[in-house]
Amino acid sequence: MTAEYSAGSRLEKIFKSGQKAVTGECGPPRGCDVEHFKHKAEFLRGNVDAVNLTDNQTAVVRFCSMAAGRILLDMGIEPVMQMVTRDMNRIALQSNILGASALGIKNLLCLTGDHQSFGDHPQAKNVHDMDSVMLLHTVKTMRDEGKMVSGTELQGRPKMFIGAAANPFADPQEFRVIRMGKKIAAGAQFIQTQCIYNMERFRKFMEMANDMGLTEKCYIMAGITPLKSVGMANYMKKFVPGLDVPDSYIARLKGVPKDKVAAEGIKIAVEQIQECLAMKGISGIHLMAIEWEDHVPEIVQAAGLLPRPVVD
Amino acid sequence: MVIGEAKPVAEILEKIKDFKKVVVAGCKGCVTVCNAGGEKEVAILASELRIARKAAGNELETLEYTCERQCDPEYIEPLDDLVKDAEAIVSIACSVGPQYCTARYPFVPVFPGLNTMSIGGAAEHGVWKEYCQACGNCIIGDFGGLCPITRCAKQLLNGPCGGSSQGICEVGKGSIPCIWQLIYDRLKNLNQLHNMQEIKLYKNWSTSRDGGLRTTIREELKQ
Repeated sequence: MTAEYSAGSRLEKIFKSGQKAVTGECGPPRGCDVEHFKHKAEFLRGNVDAVNLTDNQTAVVRFCSMAAGRILLDMGIEPVMQMVTRDMNRIALQSNILGASALGIKNLLCLTGDHQSFGDHPQAKNVHDMDSVMLLHTVKTMRDEGKMVSGTELQGRPKMFIGAAANPFADPQEFRVIRMGKKIAAGAQFIQTQCIYNMERFRKFMEMANDMGLTEKCYIMAGITPLKSVGMANYMKKFVPGLDVPDSYIARLKGVPKDKVAAEGIKIAVEQIQECLAMKGISGIHLMAIEWEDHVPEIVQAAGLLPRPVVD
Repeated sequence: MVIGEAKPVAEILEKIKDFKKVVVAGCKGCVTVCNAGGEKEVAILASELRIARKAAGNELETLEYTCERQCDPEYIEPLDDLVKDAEAIVSIACSVGPQYCTARYPFVPVFPGLNTMSIGGAAEHGVWKEYCQACGNCIIGDFGGLCPITRCAKQLLNGPCGGSSQGICEVGKGSIPCIWQLIYDRLKNLNQLHNMQEIKLYKNWSTSRDGGLRTTIREELKQ
């Protein structure tokens, strides 16, 4: 990893300075209620280094991540724009990469996206002209070679710091790190993992990543989602594929009075953050406090991650 | 083969409600094999239509014929004698059949009597599964002989995604195997796992439907 910046985003600079980075997440609303969106984002200001903007997550229509990115820039908060290949072909994707860069967005997270059968428009046609690995390659080629997928020369290259997701908990288990390696080889400079609950399995994943030299090539951020309630923990365990929430966490949430469950959930999240940060090869934390943005300051504070570093 | 599935009789009845005499045309090709549009199904459908119309006090006459194939103009010809006396045609071939009927009988309404489901094969008695999307440039040789374009819900060429759990795809409520798990197992058996480690780049979709209507020409066979 060189000290030269590929995009010069705050996130990239923090990683390259050797400090641990923290990203948050702010889902755009199912409508155009900008004030609500800004209100949620305010909780993240100063508590995280950059904020992920989901692209119609779980295939539910929301206002687009590029517009959300522009709004955050205007607020002085750094966006990580997410893009999925489910809804757009290579023409639209490349157009949006260029547009996002033109608007000043410098961090781009490349995903395939959840299948539309999980969303609010299950009768929609999906596109899948590309997958996430190809999208990573596309952004990297546009940025570094100034060329589109077709080979056409670009007039002005999109300066993006490129990210990808990895799920250490899906199957086949032994292939998960190899797939992350493919994403890194295709262009990913940072990785945000799926929400981690099974620490043992994550530790093994990171050991493999270290052994393969991937943590030398890429900044890996551990994905943490605080458990708000016993119901949420059970839902994650039962219905989200590959998310095995250990019974010990559920027992801890059940073991406290009802008005203390949220506090216990935060305590677990803070312990997880500290445990992850102690692991070799972890460069930061991706805190996905889903519709719980107001608790982010408290979690980051308790985890000893404040104040956030200042970079030029 | 092409897999077909009968349309609900009510839907067909609605389409032909204004006609008194219709041809019900089957096909001895794929749809006979998958028990959806052969001679037997023609007889059953014709009888269902007549019974329903009789019950509704609006009797229907049906003329039944099952073509050798409905995807060859010469095999549509034998319908001529029936069609000249009829007001409409219900074809229960795959959707090629009704379109060949349309081409041959410009003044006769044609309705499909089945839904064309997939290019697939029999899995067990009464169960057929999809195996091909006719992308026009077969790549399964790179994937252990299995098709991720058809059998992965997201058409990944660099799978499996995070939704693969214990061999099952997150789409389909537990009913669909993750093709990427099968590709992984297969390549492992063949000692070719390195294939899955290579980055697969952009597919050329111009040979698929995306490139426009496809015509396949074999010059040596053209007359």
